[in-house]
Amino acid sequence: MSIVNVLYKTVLKRPSRFFVVVAVTSLFFERTVDIGIESLYDRINRGKQWKDISSKYE
Amino acid sequence: MTSSTFSFFKAASRWSKNHKFFLTSFGVLAGGGSSIIYALEQSIHASNDAAHVAKQKWNHNGWFDTLDHASVRRGWEVYKNVCAACHSVEYLAYRELVGVCLTENEAKAEAAEQMIEDGPDETGAMFKRPGKLSDLIPKPYPNEEAARYANNGAYPPDLTYITQARIDGENYIFSLLTGYMDPPAGVVLAENQHFNPYFPGGAIGMAQALYDEIIEYEDGTPATQSQCAKDVVTFLKWCAEPEHDTRKLFAMKAFTILGVLNLVVWYLHRHYWSVMKTRKIFQSPKSLFKK
Repeated sequence: MSIVNVLYKTVLKRPSRFFVVVAVTSLFFERTVDIGIESLYDRINRGKQWKDISSKYE
Repeated sequence: MTSSTFSFFKAASRWSKNHKFFLTSFGVLAGGGSSIIYALEQSIHASNDAAHVAKQKWNHNGWFDTLDHASVRRGWEVYKNVCAACHSVEYLAYRELVGVCLTENEAKAEAAEQMIEDGPDETGAMFKRPGKLSDLIPKPYPNEEAARYANNGAYPPDLTYITQARIDGENYIFSLLTGYMDPPAGVVLAENQHFNPYFPGGAIGMAQALYDEIIEYEDGTPATQSQCAKDVVTFLKWCAEPEHDTRKLFAMKAFTILGVLNLVVWYLHRHYWSVMKTRKIFQSPKSLFKK
C-alpha cells in the first residue's frame, strides 16, 4: 500500500477527518513557519535590530 | 499554401474583422503608450544637469536585511543636533522612536525637554507644557512663510518622507550632504547660495551642514562627515518607511508559504495533465494519398 493510498484511507476519504486534519496541521504549520522564519531572520540580521542593542541603553 | 495548412494563427483567422481591429489597436495603443512613458522618463534623466549619484552599499539593501538600528540611533542624534535647526519631521511623533532607536525612558526625557503648545485651557488661552510621548516632533518654523523668510527665500523641505520623495532616495541624499564644493569657473552664485553638483541647477540655498567632528556620538563612533551622512540617511530611511523591517520579515514568510503552495500547484498540474500528456494519437491521412 503506497503512501498515497494510506493518505487517502486515513485522511481524505471522510470530509469530517479531512477538515480536522486541515485545521490541526495549519495550526502547527503556521507556528513552525513563524518561529523558523523569525529565527532565521534574526540570524541574518544579528546585531542590527533594536532588540540586539537595546540592552546597552537600559 | 492553402488555407488548410497548419498555422499558429489559426484561431485569429476565425475572428471577425472588428475583433481583429480592436485587438490590433489595443496592442498598438498599449505598446505605443508604454514607449512614450519610457521615452519621457529617459528624457527627464537626460535633461537633468545634476551629477549622477553613486550607488552606496547600504547594509539594509538586501531583500531580507533590516535597518542597522545603531545607525538609526546615531542618525537621530545627527538630525536632532544638526538638521533640526531648519528641517522639520512633522509627521513623526516621539512615541514612534520607542523600540526603534530610543528606549521608552529616553524618548520620554527627550519629549519633556521640548515645550509644546497645548490648550485651550478653561480661560480659552493656549499654554505651553513639556512634551509627551504622543506629541509630534516640534517644527523649527511655525509655517512655510516663516521658514522661507529665515532662509533667504529657500524652503527647507520636511524630511519625514524625503528618501521616498527624491529620485535615487538614500543615495541622492548621501551624495548631496557630502558633495559640497567650490563652484567651478564661470558659475556665478547669488548671495547665500552654495554650489552642489548633485542638486539640479547646482545652486542650493542650504549651506554645507555636515563636517568632520560636527557632533560627538555617544557610542564613540568617529563622527566623520560621511559617517554622519550615512547615519542620518539611515534614520531618514526608517522615518520614510517605518514598516521596513516588518515588511522584509513578511516577505520571507510569504516566499516560504508560496513556495509550499507552489509544490501543491505543480502536483495538481501534473495530475490534471497526466491524461493529455500520456495519450497517443494515431493519424492515418488516407485522403491525401487516395487516387
